[in-house]
Amino acid sequence: MTNEQEIAILEILEHNAQVSPAEIAALVGLTAEEVEAAIQRFEEAKVIRGYGALVDWDRLGTDRIYAFIDVRVRPQHDVGFDAIGQEIALFDEVHSLYLMSGQHDFLVVVEGRTLREVATFVAEKLAPLQGVESTATSFVLKKYKLEGQILGEEGEDWRLPVAP
Amino acid sequence: MSRCQRPLSQTVAAVPPSGIRRFFELVSQMEDVIALGVGEPDFPTPWSIASEAVAGLKLGRTSYTSNYGLLSLRRAISRHLQRLYQVTYDPEKELLVTVGVSEGLDLALRAILNPGDEVVVPQPCYVSYVPGVIFAGGVPVPVETSVERGFVVSPEQVEAALTPRTKALLIGHPNNPTGAVLPETTLRTLAELAEGHDLLVISDEIYDRLRYGTPHCCFASLPGMKERTILLNGFSKAYSMTGWRVGYAAAPAEILALMVKIHQYTMLCAPITGQLAALEALRWGENAVRRMVREYDRRRRFLVQGLNRLGLECLEPQGAFYAFPSIRRTGLSSEEFCQRLLREERVAVVPGNAFGPCGEGHVRMTYATSLDHLREALVRLERFLSRL
Repeated sequence: MTNEQEIAILEILEHNAQVSPAEIAALVGLTAEEVEAAIQRFEEAKVIRGYGALVDWDRLGTDRIYAFIDVRVRPQHDVGFDAIGQEIALFDEVHSLYLMSGQHDFLVVVEGRTLREVATFVAEKLAPLQGVESTATSFVLKKYKLEGQILGEEGEDWRLPVAP
Repeated sequence: MSRCQRPLSQTVAAVPPSGIRRFFELVSQMEDVIALGVGEPDFPTPWSIASEAVAGLKLGRTSYTSNYGLLSLRRAISRHLQRLYQVTYDPEKELLVTVGVSEGLDLALRAILNPGDEVVVPQPCYVSYVPGVIFAGGVPVPVETSVERGFVVSPEQVEAALTPRTKALLIGHPNNPTGAVLPETTLRTLAELAEGHDLLVISDEIYDRLRYGTPHCCFASLPGMKERTILLNGFSKAYSMTGWRVGYAAAPAEILALMVKIHQYTMLCAPITGQLAALEALRWGENAVRRMVREYDRRRRFLVQGLNRLGLECLEPQGAFYAFPSIRRTGLSSEEFCQRLLREERVAVVPGNAFGPCGEGHVRMTYATSLDHLREALVRLERFLSRL
């Protein structure tokens, strides 16, 4: 299996995890068994971290609030940013977490059901952490694109069904 | 009041309507059709390209351009051809921006043909090649290729078709509808023929970027061929820009001058909005091309494997975005196959004989469509075949 084929398998799954090994095999020019083995390897090596659906919660009318929080911290001796990063990651409320270049150190994405819930988490859990110097919370008002997918209506296929 | 009774152009009237046309009427009345009959990408034009055209509109760039097309675009095309194929064209005298390859082809044929001049056309080929030659007053001389030879034209056959009246050879590679590419050795032999028999070569390379194995060989880059080649290309397929209608012709200055003469009196110039988008495509489109080619490559394997599994023997296309499977084992003609598949299973494909008589026994299917559509098309096709 070439490196290109490995990347192709991952790209296909990243876009749609429901494509079957047999179909992936056809798409990249391998056998279904080879693809299954590769996927297992990726899972074991944690290259594949999991499978999930891309859910647009707004469509369901479910209340789900996302906030992007810029956090500035004082790096600790010896461990730098990692110790505090790993600690922030432990909270269930934290959806994703990135160490950033620029003015702030961390970008924390927090998920909650209400504004109050998220605000309380920031005030009572995140801001008081040792090493945290400041937080700036921005709430998501509307999502337009998620994981490479535009969240509007599907565009119509304008092409003529038969053309030279 | 009465209608004019005099006969209309006999030359035009004698050309049969495109085999695709009839089929199109049928399809357009149906719903829930999986359209594998299309000849264009399913991706919209990358927004980074389209947005530049929108910006141009906002700035009021809505005028004519030079007959040749924007000089900035011609310079960019020249650099592009130099970079890809190490072939050098003077943007001032040897490049013309056209309204797609379709116009470029028409200009090329009208610029070089005298009445009765013959043009050798390997088939199956794009539907406009033969009518284009006839409209220009020439005589098309078809040369058949076959699935046994991978739809690669044999130079011996071409040579056998040459007469003292032969003016040019018209090739499209990668090929629509077969997806075949011409190996460099074949191209070199054709080049020798052109040299030996003093022929021009019109090389339609609109699918040059959609290659899945060996790299594309630009005909004009072969030794001595720039002087004999009218190279036609454009932005429709590689950058998903079919509706913008922008292509280009690259040719020796004396040929291009004649093409420009026709173009300036009949077309004036290619639409400026399309030209602005094309310029941006050359500046910014490379990643988009790579992304789309990667995607086509996967779908290509998927469709070809699926067709072969169903017993519709199919060569692996090395270019463009078409599969051209044989349907001979069904005992149906190409037309019957397409009509019944459409009526019974609502899958639209194009009969192979629309691209020349030797396309009979095959159908053209595009894989420029989503994986979901391809999957469903194969399911319907399997059901259709099981009933035959």
